[in-house]
Amino acid sequence: MKQSLFEIMENTPLTRDVYRMKLRGDTGDITRPGQFVNIRIAGLYLRRPVSVCDVEGDILTLIYKAVGEGTRKMSGMTAGETLDLLTGLGNGYDLSRAGDAPLLLGGGVGVPPLYLLAKELIRAGKTPRVILGFNTESEVFYENEFRALGCDVMVTTVDGTYGTKGFVTGTINDKPYTFFYTCGPEPMLKAVYKTSKTSGQMSFERRMGCGFGACMGCSCKTITGSKRICREGPVMDKEDILWED
Amino acid sequence: MGRLSVDLCGIGLDNPIIPASGTFGYGYEFAELYDINMLGTFSFKGTTREPRFGNAQPRIAETPGGMLNAVGLQNPGVQQVISHELPLLKKCFHKPVMANVSGFSIDEYTDVCAMLDKEEQVGWLEVNISCPNVHGGGMSFGTDPAQAAEVTKAVKAVTTKPVIMKLSPNVTDIVSIAKACEDAGADGISLINTLLCMRIDLKKRAPLLANGTGGLSGSAIFPLAIRMVYQVAKNVKIPVIGLGGISSAENVLEMMMAGAACVEIGAANLTDPFICRDIIRDLPAVMDKYSIQNIKDITGGALK
Repeated sequence: MKQSLFEIMENTPLTRDVYRMKLRGDTGDITRPGQFVNIRIAGLYLRRPVSVCDVEGDILTLIYKAVGEGTRKMSGMTAGETLDLLTGLGNGYDLSRAGDAPLLLGGGVGVPPLYLLAKELIRAGKTPRVILGFNTESEVFYENEFRALGCDVMVTTVDGTYGTKGFVTGTINDKPYTFFYTCGPEPMLKAVYKTSKTSGQMSFERRMGCGFGACMGCSCKTITGSKRICREGPVMDKEDILWED
Repeated sequence: MGRLSVDLCGIGLDNPIIPASGTFGYGYEFAELYDINMLGTFSFKGTTREPRFGNAQPRIAETPGGMLNAVGLQNPGVQQVISHELPLLKKCFHKPVMANVSGFSIDEYTDVCAMLDKEEQVGWLEVNISCPNVHGGGMSFGTDPAQAAEVTKAVKAVTTKPVIMKLSPNVTDIVSIAKACEDAGADGISLINTLLCMRIDLKKRAPLLANGTGGLSGSAIFPLAIRMVYQVAKNVKIPVIGLGGISSAENVLEMMMAGAACVEIGAANLTDPFICRDIIRDLPAVMDKYSIQNIKDITGGALK
């Protein structure tokens, strides 16, 4: 983990409330796709965790949805402003388990961390199949970016206004896959857990205190004991997950 | 002896900075970030007799100038702390450490204290009679002078190490609790633990925290902590550890002038993991600004 200042290079809306922020700074501690950064926002006490979408040299890309006070403040920031970030947080996805035909399933703002994962998998010589799920056409983002990487991309919308109508799990077993990686809202993760036919990894979201393992604010129960989403997670093995309700 | 050195119940500290229990784990995670041996000491995660998972999610909420937590004393239990956590702690921290103990009965407090008393690296026992996030124990011992005294006496009987009673601010008369602990043999007092609070989730029309209530910490509680430390320090002779919302070297001086012999820093570690290192670095220059030669001389300087 590192604490350092990043300069905002761009902060642009991708949809009505989803923004992409590119920042320049010391990305040295970001070692795996699926990790997150924790952002100090002026006027708020707690930092806000956001997953890493991409890293290229010293440029970090974050995609976030303006839903609460913190992310709404972020959406008003402009190029040239600086942000205090804790980087290199969380375990990230394990690429070594991908096999020959990995499947990536993203839902809404769960899509961003899969981008760096897809990039790394392609770098490792695999062609990931990617299913991106959104509520409706106006919320769709990053389809073309995944295609440009060389992924086999399918988009689903709940209302059928774009791509295939339904949830990502509706098409999950259309083609064989060796391992899955997913990130999205918890109901989606549960559905993937139930419908998937292979082992896989899922990334979880929690309200966090510190983001680096000190406060036990984000603990969850797993098959192998209590884990901190911020430290032993946010990525969990399917076999380890214990749904609490 | 440096300018920053202080004494806490007969054990010297290089400086008065002590990360507070529950914000610093068992130390080794922060040891990856900086050399934690620069600290005066630290108070490790509140330890109970049995392992505890703690409360349901969510456990954390933002508040103006602070945060709520309802972690609920998650810890691996005293046996695991002794067999697993303390050996890891020993590798990265080479000073006496403060053992924070919680309980749901007098027996539990004494069992855990007796076990930790045997651990060489434990310098002080900080007995938490003030956790607001667990039911049927914890804070209830800290809201009644007679019960606070009973825990103090029982713990003192099973240890030779200095016993520091950690008090709750959720009382009408903090002085009576502090005096009851002093009269029962406490070697020191630490205060304040968090304030019992609540937030409501507008969408769900329900408390934001799964536990309903949570403990408020952070800058918002600093003036309250100053007031309570001042009142307690004025009325007891044993050393007082001041905590509650400290986030700068200036805050440290203020807390000590209010009567604290040393300070604990809690929530600030969670938003800035380097805060204790930075405060220790900043203290000499800030002391110069206020013409303070030795920090120990300012304790209680504001008491009238």
